[in-house]
Amino acid sequence: MSTQPFLTPQSEIAGAIAVALNIYALSAGADFGGGVWDLFAIGPRRDRQRELIANAIAPIWEANHVWLILVVVLLFTAFPPAFSRLMTLLHIPLTLMLLGIVLRGSAFTFRSYDSQRDRVQRRWGRIFAIASILTPLLLGVILGAIATGKLSAARLSNPASFAEVYVQPWLAPFPIGVGALALVLFALLAAVYLTVEAKDAALREDFRRRALWAGTAVAVVAAMNLYLARAHAPLVWSELTEGSLAMGFRIGAAISALGAMASLWLRRFRWARVAAAIEVSLILWGWALGQYPYLVPPDLTVDNSAAPPATLRLLAIALVAGLALLLPSLRYLFKVFKEGY
Amino acid sequence: MSNLLAARSQMAVSLAFHIVFAEVGIAMPLMMVIAEWRWMRTREHVYLELAKRWAKGTAILFAVGAVSGTVLSFELGLLWPEFMRFAGSIIGMPFSLEGFAFFTEAIFLGVYLYGWEKISPRAHLAAGAVVALSGVASGIFVVIANAWMNAPAGFRLIGGQPVDVNPIAAMANPGAFSQTLHMTIAAYASTAIAVGGIHAFVLLRQRKSLDERLVRFHRGALAVALSIGIPAAILQPLSGDLSARFVARIQPVKFAAMEGQFSSERGAPLRIGGWPSEVERRTRFAIEIPRALSLLAYDDANALVRGLEEFPRNDWPPVPVVHVSFQLMVALGTTMAIVATWAGVVVLRHKSFELSPNDRPLLLGLSIIAPFGFLATEAGWFTTEVGRQPWIIFGVLRTKEAVTPMPGLIVPFVVVSLLYCGLGAVVVWLLWRQIVKTTGDRTQVDRISSATTSRP
Repeated sequence: MSTQPFLTPQSEIAGAIAVALNIYALSAGADFGGGVWDLFAIGPRRDRQRELIANAIAPIWEANHVWLILVVVLLFTAFPPAFSRLMTLLHIPLTLMLLGIVLRGSAFTFRSYDSQRDRVQRRWGRIFAIASILTPLLLGVILGAIATGKLSAARLSNPASFAEVYVQPWLAPFPIGVGALALVLFALLAAVYLTVEAKDAALREDFRRRALWAGTAVAVVAAMNLYLARAHAPLVWSELTEGSLAMGFRIGAAISALGAMASLWLRRFRWARVAAAIEVSLILWGWALGQYPYLVPPDLTVDNSAAPPATLRLLAIALVAGLALLLPSLRYLFKVFKEGY
Repeated sequence: MSNLLAARSQMAVSLAFHIVFAEVGIAMPLMMVIAEWRWMRTREHVYLELAKRWAKGTAILFAVGAVSGTVLSFELGLLWPEFMRFAGSIIGMPFSLEGFAFFTEAIFLGVYLYGWEKISPRAHLAAGAVVALSGVASGIFVVIANAWMNAPAGFRLIGGQPVDVNPIAAMANPGAFSQTLHMTIAAYASTAIAVGGIHAFVLLRQRKSLDERLVRFHRGALAVALSIGIPAAILQPLSGDLSARFVARIQPVKFAAMEGQFSSERGAPLRIGGWPSEVERRTRFAIEIPRALSLLAYDDANALVRGLEEFPRNDWPPVPVVHVSFQLMVALGTTMAIVATWAGVVVLRHKSFELSPNDRPLLLGLSIIAPFGFLATEAGWFTTEVGRQPWIIFGVLRTKEAVTPMPGLIVPFVVVSLLYCGLGAVVVWLLWRQIVKTTGDRTQVDRISSATTSRP
């Protein structure tokens, strides 16, 4: 970990970005996971599974989605050079992710409001589900590409082939591994949340089984990623193995993963929900702290890409004021539509 | 197609697509809330039906607006990374505030759409009001950022880089007031006139086949739409005048292009129509009203209007595009204002916003102008965006210096265009299939009600 003071205005905003990303993963991530289970809806209760997923997502997905917009605007306001670099070098996966975002949102809405149950409606369902897989996969690929430390300025300034600059940094084993991890984590979150939201026992068992499968898949993919990180993301790897704080996060993530599985096994669904959310958060923070103080390794840090102090100060004020407005509103939303919040 | 042109085209397509949904997202919630409020006051069932029907349409349009807005926030960096590197710290502020406004909007729209039977009627109405307010706030914050690109403020340039950044001064840029006012009124005018026009059309076309209940439904819808559309469409030319005066002072080269004014001139005429030739440096075929331009822009018939010749050739925007889109916007807006005034007279005579199905000429007029507001909005955006060229930040950073170095931008341009063409077609088809086509079918209305009040 770096020796500079931990809480500077820029590190606070960077922390806020990580928090927003964390909440996005826990809320919108589960919405995407719902799309995965929509695609894999099978068995005698197929239609009821889909109905449960749709009803769980419908009132909240748009609000959940805004956390991503918050991440983007905070990034370009507080760290313009980092934003500029990412948007240039990761143009292709970001554009693909946007396609996923657009298709997921519109197809879901078209399906919900297309009250004529026919072939057309099923087609929306299919697009919704496939886009729900594409988007987290690419989100993971993008985060993984950042962690590899290959998004350097030199890549742009030296004459190189198109593939070297715009494709190789993200179409590589480690970023794809992180994409797979994001996908299975979101699928796990969705299945676990749905065990709590299902009103009848058979449906709850359906999603309990799915959650157990997803939890197993998370363990496999996470192990694979650790192996890949050693070769492809040296910065994150060294922090994960040597940094004591990050080591704690790793152990914490493993314990909460076991906790989630055990709670599912024992049908303590609310406990499973808490444990799975902690698991996802610890994995995310392990990465974020492992990378700190770098925003875009190998050269852009929280300090050297920060906006002027006047901007950071105002942004911090806006964040506090905005959250003071936002949190009660969100609480109200979840109180109206979800139980146990 | 050059990379720069591809990037500009992709941005134009994305904005042109999003702006329609953004306008609807600003104005529709207000109309829903008015309808619901009238239902609570009068207990006339037709207004509840209306609120629910409009909520359903709003849900579809808002979702498409939300995702296409997300695309834009990324495209700022995907297409214009140098612009964002330069300007992020200066104008990130209004975008961040917009983020919170949009958050509030999304949360309470969720509450409104799915909470009919879960919260008290009063709380439900309040949720709708919050959606309407935060929608306006979102729009204002985004337009403030755009106004800054026309009238940059809140920093000093040293060695080509911004220093002494002051985000508050950037937000309070001289273009902010007139541009946000013009855009906000445009949202209300376009949406309300379009919705009103559709219902006027149904009343006109199906006058004989509609039963009494349906006539009530469409009259009620038209009344709510007119209560917003009439004042907005009448006020819009006034806010347009304010905007044009601002442009004349801050961006005289854009103003000259809008008016097809090539030479600097005292007592400049107002040109209606015409085609400006950049080669011949004159505007041909225009109807000229002597001295009117000087009078309109500076309140003085002999005031000096600076022509394009005063500016270096490579600082000119594409003059014909700017002139023609400006003329189109003014023509459409003026027509809307005239029909709205006519409707206003009829409303005053009836002492009610509810038109009678016998007001046939007016219903016909309203049907014809239904798409005018959205068309005028597009034309207006072309005027201001193309008119700012060749600058992305007026006088500070050129568009070609801001574009991403990534080659092959024609590919994302084509992909985004196809996606939006498809989405646009689907939205129109869905609204037709779900709303217009089923108008008045009792079972459909019930099904809509239950769809909007679906279970947790």
